[in-house]
This record gives sequence, C-alpha cells and structure tokens, in this order.
Amino acid sequence: MLHTFMEGEVNLNSAIVSKKSKSKARVKNKKKKFSREAMWAYLFIAPTFLGLAVFYMFPAVASFVLSFTRWDGMTAPVFVGLENVITLFQDSSFIRAIINTVIFTAISVPLSAGIATCIAVMLNQKIKGMVFYRTLYFLPVVTMPVAVGMVWKWLYNTDYGLINYVLGIFNLPQPSWLFDPNIALISVIVVYVWMTVGNNVILILAGLQGVSKSYYEAAQIDGASKLRQFFSITLPLITPTLFFVFITGMISSLQVFDLIFIMIGDSTALLEPLRTVVYAVYEYGFEYSQMGMASAQAFILFLAILAITIIQFVFQKKWVHYDG
Amino acid sequence: MKMKLGNHILLIVGAFIMIVPFLWMVLTSLKSFTETMQVPPTIWPNELKFENYLNVFQSVDFLKYYVNTILLTLGRTLAQLFLCSLAAYAFARLEFPGKNIIFILVLSVLMVPMQVILIPNYGILTQLGWIDTFYALIVPGMFSAFGVFLLRQFFMGIPKEIDEAAKIDGCSFFGIYWRVILPNATPALIALGIFTILSSWNDFLWPLIMTSSEDMRVLSVGIATFQGQYSTDYPLLMAGAVMSTIPMLIMFILLQKYLVAGIALQGARK
Repeated sequence: MLHTFMEGEVNLNSAIVSKKSKSKARVKNKKKKFSREAMWAYLFIAPTFLGLAVFYMFPAVASFVLSFTRWDGMTAPVFVGLENVITLFQDSSFIRAIINTVIFTAISVPLSAGIATCIAVMLNQKIKGMVFYRTLYFLPVVTMPVAVGMVWKWLYNTDYGLINYVLGIFNLPQPSWLFDPNIALISVIVVYVWMTVGNNVILILAGLQGVSKSYYEAAQIDGASKLRQFFSITLPLITPTLFFVFITGMISSLQVFDLIFIMIGDSTALLEPLRTVVYAVYEYGFEYSQMGMASAQAFILFLAILAITIIQFVFQKKWVHYDG
Repeated sequence: MKMKLGNHILLIVGAFIMIVPFLWMVLTSLKSFTETMQVPPTIWPNELKFENYLNVFQSVDFLKYYVNTILLTLGRTLAQLFLCSLAAYAFARLEFPGKNIIFILVLSVLMVPMQVILIPNYGILTQLGWIDTFYALIVPGMFSAFGVFLLRQFFMGIPKEIDEAAKIDGCSFFGIYWRVILPNATPALIALGIFTILSSWNDFLWPLIMTSSEDMRVLSVGIATFQGQYSTDYPLLMAGAVMSTIPMLIMFILLQKYLVAGIALQGARK
C-alpha cells in the first residue's frame, strides 16, 4: 500500500521531466485543440473553485476587513479602525488566553513528537505485533474529540475518578486536576498528547523506514553503541519528518477547540486557566455577539500561525538535513 | 534479544495507557449511577446495566443525531470525492490558460485556519437563509483544497500512456477521467474518503455554530449538550460517547492500511 503511494511520488518527478520535453511537440497541435480542452478544464474546476471562493477565500478577506469594525452580526458593521486590536491588547483576559495558547502548544507539540519518536524507533525494529501496537496507539486519533474530553473529565474526577483512585492505592497525592487552576492546563495538555501521539508515530515510522540500513552496518563495524547510532544516524536522517510533525502539529494545536470547550464545560472557574485564543473567538463571536472583536482575535491568531510557520522554515536550515 | 523484550514491555505499558480510557468509558457505561458515585470506585460493574444504552435514546433524540451525522458525513464525502477528483484531473492532465494561478489560489486556502472563516461564513449563511439547515452543515464542506492537492499528486503518478491510448480510441475528457483515471486511483480516493469521513463525523465547531435546533443536532453537538444536561450521570454520558465513537473505530480498524498510507504520503511530500 505504502509502496503504491511512494511509487506515485517517484513517478511524479519523471512525469514533470517528460512533460517538459513533450511540451514543444505539443505546441503545434495545441492551437486547434486548445479551446476545447481548456473549456473542459474550466468546467471540471469551476464547482470546486467557486465553492472555495465563496466559503473560504472571500471569508478570509472579509474577516480581515471585519477586524476593523464593530459588528453584532445583524445590523451593518461600523468601521472603528484599530479600536478592536487596541482593546484586545489591553484586556488581561485576552493576554492570558494568548499565554495559555502558547503554553499549550510549546509543551504539547515537542512532548507528543518526542514520545512518538521513542515509540516509532521501538516499532521499527522488526518487532512482532507491530500492526497490533500501531492500531492501539492510533485509536485516540480517530475518536471524536468531544467524547475524548468527556472520558478524560471523568478519569480526572477528584473523588470518583480512576486516576486518583490508582494514585490513592500507592499513597500518592491526589490533586484535583482540572479544578486546580495551577495544573488545569497541564491536565488538558496530557489529554492532547494522548490524542495526537498516534498520528506522529505513523509519520515518524514512515520516515524511519526511509533510512538506509547501510548506515547502521557501517556504524556497527565502527563499534558505535545503539544510543550513539540513534543520535548520530537516526535522528539527523529523520529531521525532515520531524520538521513536518512540528509544523503541522503547531498549526493544529494552536487551533484546538473541541477539547477545551468540553473541559471548560459550564464551569466559569475554568475559563481563566483554560481559555485559549480560539475559545475567546467563540465567546466573543457567538456568546457576546461581538463579531468584529472576534474577527480581530481570529486574525491575530492567523498572523501568529503564519509568523511561526515562516520562522520555522527559516530556522530549518539549522537542524533539518535534506541530503538523506 | 534482551533489548527486544525490554521494548515489548515499554510498548505494552504505552499501549495500556492508550487503551485504558476506552475501557473505562465502556465499563462506566455499564454501571449504575449509584455505583459510579462509590468511593473507592469499582473496576468491574457489580451488575451489567445494558439499559443505560436504551436510556440514552429515551433521554434525547439520539437516533436523530445519528441520522443527521450520517447525512452530513455522506453528503460531504461523496461530494468531495467527485468534485475534488474532477478538479484534480484538470490540474494533473489538462492544459489551459491561468492554470498555475488558479492552482496557487486553491492551495492558498490550505493556510487559512477554520476560525478565521467562521464569522464571515456565519454572515453568508444567514444571508442565504441556510442557518440551521442541512445546507449549512453540508454545502461548505463539499469543497476541499486539501482533497484537490492530494488527488492531483496521485493522478500525476498514473502513467500518461494509458490516457493517451484512451484518447486515440476517441474517449472524451470526461470519459478519460471516469474510465481511466478514477479506476487507477482507488487507494488515493479511499484515503481521501477516510479523511473526510473522519473529519465530518467528528466535526464540532461548525455544526455548533451553524445549527441551533434540536432537530439539526449532530452527534458531537448532541453529546456535548447532553453533558450540560446530565453533567454527573456518567453512565449515561459514557453510553452516548461509546455509541458516537464506535462507527469510526470500526472503520479505522477495517481500513487502517489506507489511512496509514495516506498519512505517510502527507509526510513524504516536501
């Protein structure tokens, strides 16, 4: 299965090469066939392009414009310039939401990638039952996040939860998890790592399978230890995969909503420690009907994601090796 | 040898952590309400209360949520498979003016986060009179830049000789797409199908905002509001959670090789 896909990748390159050489020969009969072919092409693309234009491209631009307005969603938007942005950056609860979002991403993404790398390396050693383990690790990825949130809320329950019961058996302290403002965010991060690790295992496993065995044979002859082999061969050679894991992981962790929504539930005490930027967008837009403000928040998030992605691409030269 | 045993032990511990929340969800769903309020908690239910599952259907219109979710998922997935593959075929095989610019515009959609388009879309759907209808749930989800990109990559890997031969036999462009490209792209179509089914089934924010009546509720929104109403009745909540997640778990176990290959393919592109 994986093979067919990989072959597709390789063929893609050769297709580009052959296209270039053929294109000259094509030019001649292009003129008379051109309009019919183009007409069909536009017809095939039109539904998707129009749909994307109406429900994605136009809204993205509109959101930028709405950021400078006061709008309740019903009456006409009123232009207010930078008022929304200024208000937001003076609002301590929004600042806290930004800090929460940053903490959430900065801990969950490396943690998930790190654990996934360890699991993938173990699974890559021709181990028996590889598919069995992979299936179990992946189950949380396909599970509805709302259901995941509900189950973990129950596991975390201070009095009746399974986690505190197990801790009690070993006479360990039993924290209130979600209801302790100091560790509430960490508790949600644990759930998010649990949810995402399986996806990263599959990505990293695919990366590991692309590493040539000959490197390890050479290292073995030189007498390098397993640990040394991991740090000087495996890790550098899977940096392109890790880069992908980091980029996509950050983009999605900055946008987590379902899990946070369920964890907060109707508890106002949890708003402060758990509110993320996306949750604030929801609150302002659909609970307070301040859609201009919500657009500004969403757009700030968008710019942050864009900036982080660009920074990652700039810094990748320092740690990503593409020569493998 | 020693090392392999150590690996197995670590992997089993890890797998156990992954699976415990699922086991706890199922076990809780079979307990009585009073049993879940016991300290210390019981692991195995004293008495298996299968009626919790029936109670879910009596407490809320769970069947309706199910039907709505299936319709949403089917609508988005079938439309995406058809529309994305059609556009992907044009981008992969046909020549036309403005091809690159249009393709770049389509790809630019991939960068925009969902929350950014949410508020203007609420306005657009209100204007169209679609709020709280199936149109709002399905139509905007019928179009996918990701789907176009994924399928185009795959179509470019199909040898061109096959469609050249079909062209000589007098096959139309649509005929080539339908009879040559699609049958040769089943793994990619299945992978896109699984991705779309998963994201549609589990989608929460969009239906939460774009629908309001109980008649239009999907499973994710349904069990979330359910939690608001029966916040401590965990057997009931867990029974609802089990029923909402089981279809996706079964689909994953049956079709996992396609899903795994699809995810690996995403990581492989540079």
